[in-house]
Amino acid sequence: MEVSRNWRLQSQRYRMEGLRCEQCGTVIFPARAHCPQCAGESFASLALRGLGEVYSFTQVHDAPAGFEHDAPFFLALVRLDEGPLVTAQLTDVERETVHIGMPVEMVTRKLREDGERGMLVYGYKFRPLLRQRRPDEAVALPARVRVPATEAVAA
Amino acid sequence: MRCTRAIAASWRCNNTALTMRDVFILGSGQTAVGEHWDLSLRQLARTAVSAALNAALPARPQALFVANMLAGQLSGQRQLGALLADYCGLRGIEAIRVEAAGASGGAALRQAYIAVASGVVDTALVLGVEKLTDKVGSSVAAALGSAADADWEAAHGATQPALAALIMQRYMHEQHLSLQQFAGFSVNAHSNGRTNPNAMFRNNLKAESFASAAMVAEPVNMFDTAPEADGAAALVLGAAHMLAPAAARIRVAASALCTDAFALADRADVLQLRAAQQSVQQAQAQASCGAADIDLFELHDGFTILAALALEAAGYAQPGSGWQLAHAGKIGLQGEIPISTFGGLKARGNPGGATGVYQAVEVEQQLRGAAGANQVQRARRGMLQGLGGNGATAVTHIFECLN
Amino acid sequence: MNQPMPTQAEIKPMLPVLPVGVAGYGAYVPRFRLPAAEVARVWTGNTGNSLAVTEKAVAGLDEDVVTMSIEAARNAIARAEIDPVDIRAVWVGSESHPYAVKPTATIVAEAIGAVPHTQAADWQFACKAGTEAIQAGIGLVGSGMARYVVAIGMDTAQGRPGDALEYTAGAGGAAILLGPAAESLAVIEGSHSVVTDTPDFWRRQHERYPEHGQRFTGEPAYFRHVTTAASELMQGLGTTAGDYAHVVFHQPNAKFPQRAGQLLGFKPEQLEAGLLAPFIGNTYAGSALLGLTAVFDKAAAGERVLLVSFGSGAGSDAIAFRVTARMQAQRDLAPSTATYIARRTQIDYALYARYRGKLALQ
Repeated sequence: MEVSRNWRLQSQRYRMEGLRCEQCGTVIFPARAHCPQCAGESFASLALRGLGEVYSFTQVHDAPAGFEHDAPFFLALVRLDEGPLVTAQLTDVERETVHIGMPVEMVTRKLREDGERGMLVYGYKFRPLLRQRRPDEAVALPARVRVPATEAVAA
Repeated sequence: MRCTRAIAASWRCNNTALTMRDVFILGSGQTAVGEHWDLSLRQLARTAVSAALNAALPARPQALFVANMLAGQLSGQRQLGALLADYCGLRGIEAIRVEAAGASGGAALRQAYIAVASGVVDTALVLGVEKLTDKVGSSVAAALGSAADADWEAAHGATQPALAALIMQRYMHEQHLSLQQFAGFSVNAHSNGRTNPNAMFRNNLKAESFASAAMVAEPVNMFDTAPEADGAAALVLGAAHMLAPAAARIRVAASALCTDAFALADRADVLQLRAAQQSVQQAQAQASCGAADIDLFELHDGFTILAALALEAAGYAQPGSGWQLAHAGKIGLQGEIPISTFGGLKARGNPGGATGVYQAVEVEQQLRGAAGANQVQRARRGMLQGLGGNGATAVTHIFECLN
Repeated sequence: MNQPMPTQAEIKPMLPVLPVGVAGYGAYVPRFRLPAAEVARVWTGNTGNSLAVTEKAVAGLDEDVVTMSIEAARNAIARAEIDPVDIRAVWVGSESHPYAVKPTATIVAEAIGAVPHTQAADWQFACKAGTEAIQAGIGLVGSGMARYVVAIGMDTAQGRPGDALEYTAGAGGAAILLGPAAESLAVIEGSHSVVTDTPDFWRRQHERYPEHGQRFTGEPAYFRHVTTAASELMQGLGTTAGDYAHVVFHQPNAKFPQRAGQLLGFKPEQLEAGLLAPFIGNTYAGSALLGLTAVFDKAAAGERVLLVSFGSGAGSDAIAFRVTARMQAQRDLAPSTATYIARRTQIDYALYARYRGKLALQ
């Protein structure tokens, strides 16, 4: 059980708090001690918007310990709007729809459980963009069991 | 293709060129790579060490550098230096373990090289040993995944194959490639492994079946990735005066280790092995040679994408075109730049921290003309490169035959 | 309705000292849907059910009350356009908190950026845990103790495999951000609660699935409390069913709220916008609140909305709202409830069993 280890990272895991280098303006996530661009050591904290696009992705079939029950799952490099590239899982996606360039947004999900008795670890994942819909794209309630044409039936 | 001989490796430190002694390979040994259910970590180690010490007679090592990645996690065993010195009949000598994930073998070789070249010792033993099969399944995947960033990669479920897959997916996207276009790397490795008695896989791989293998982490599949297994290899290094009069004079002509951004996401360019590129440049400068002077290249083909990127980093292909070398005419035993001449990680097998020492033993065999069916003709100079964590550590050595 | 509740001569609705309103609201419904016909196929061999619930929403492997509450709360904050550091309480009502001991609310508060200068707590009263958090929030804001309070009702409800509950027990909920009436999307006109000790549904400590009194959950429990709370609040406010453009009841299925509406004199069209059970099932503490968000997505300025929850054990909270002109401008700042409901991936019983931990893996 690594309670303190996960606790230390909460502001970054839950809220994607990053840094902006006060010397050259580079946005950094996750936090580090030296700016990778200018080696500056002075930063201001910056809340990332959590919006970006898939830079690369993989569907992981051979899962490591702690993730066996989630396999297969999607892992991705996500290019955030602010610049940093982030390694994170994709969620709420199907293999048929995930692609490089797919717009995504950050959601906070359960990353793993430390067994039946241990801590639940929460953190960022990314899913296809939902929150930026324009009003003219508003979706109507299904009248009864109206099935959207694009729905994926996972069975 | 005889090259000019560098009298001494040049070593830059605080702008002062230090004079280092020439370092030679006195002997080598290895076990077969595979699932050694009946052999423990120390038994594997002793088998390889005995063979190397016998070959190096009458020289005896004054220091032992053990390359190992996962004994602490998978065997509950650390302090491998003292353990294996003791078990291998070398009780009393200086002995430590060196770890740099998949680059551990090359990193330990470099420590031994520095020890001899500096004059601190006259002989040093490099031992690579890995015992992976005492644990199975997801715990091994997680242990191997500890080469990645635990907080920002592994915590999200990243494994080594998954991170390689992220590189490969992007590479395929940018170059408009299909998985099948990487088949040649695995076909070549299996073709060479077939005649290596120490290889884990000694069967041919058909190019047409490559892309149909089960996925590990898409697009990395079972035929794309190297099998992790048990193994041990050892190499005795010594100063010139330790060489037996009749022995082949195989010199360590270059040794360079570089690092890159640790997490894949932090790399300046995900599709560039910058540490590999820098270590090759430094090594070639030390050996006073260029890419064209290298007769064979044992690269870190844990995944085919790493083979492609390593060839690009070493100057054999332009960025984005390393995949084009993936056929026999280019990388086969008699091709332009032979790679994985004994099967590479893909077919010989990937015993983690021991892999780099296997590479060293294989290059030494090639330069001695002792590679049998796997012999690269007129091999005078060979390069070997280990990667840790998909390239965060890269260690490159060049051996040359002076006979 | 046998055994009507004793009534007081004059019902005085609960009203805060300072006027309070809904500064923002946010919904969350997970994307998986299990058709009721699938449950019937597995347990009865045929595909019919009489509960008028077509399908229910099911949480994915990486979702629970914490993650769903975080998203709903973020949606509420987005609509309110406030700084989360101004929130003085984060309250989560649920009967499926992921931890038996350790608050859901602190995780939510941390994730939305309300920490550390805030109150946080988990609420429990079966399916009305969310509305009691709202009522307490009205009190906190209305007394001047807090500028903003987030009250959440959220559940990943579970029914015993094969039980009637399994056809309907769904996942989802909503967050209501309470604040000063002057900057609100809907003003609170009053609220009223009734509770009695009526054991219609319960789950003992350490038990995985709830028990229920079957038909006893109807007249003496749901209908008695819901109709009393609703009629007494309307009476206290001097209103009648006809004054409300929309009414939202707790929705254990589609039939109960329809019948409750009928008993109270509401027309079916007054229930329509907020009746979600047919599409997502019974989301327990999330049920009435989710219906309210669907109504807020559509309601026009000046319209009155009546919310009536029900919690087994048993009690009912009735809350009356009046939509303000600000609603129109703010509601598109977060995904609508309909957007979440339309985001639909159908699963079969086998995947449902996997996602909800019904397979023995060790």
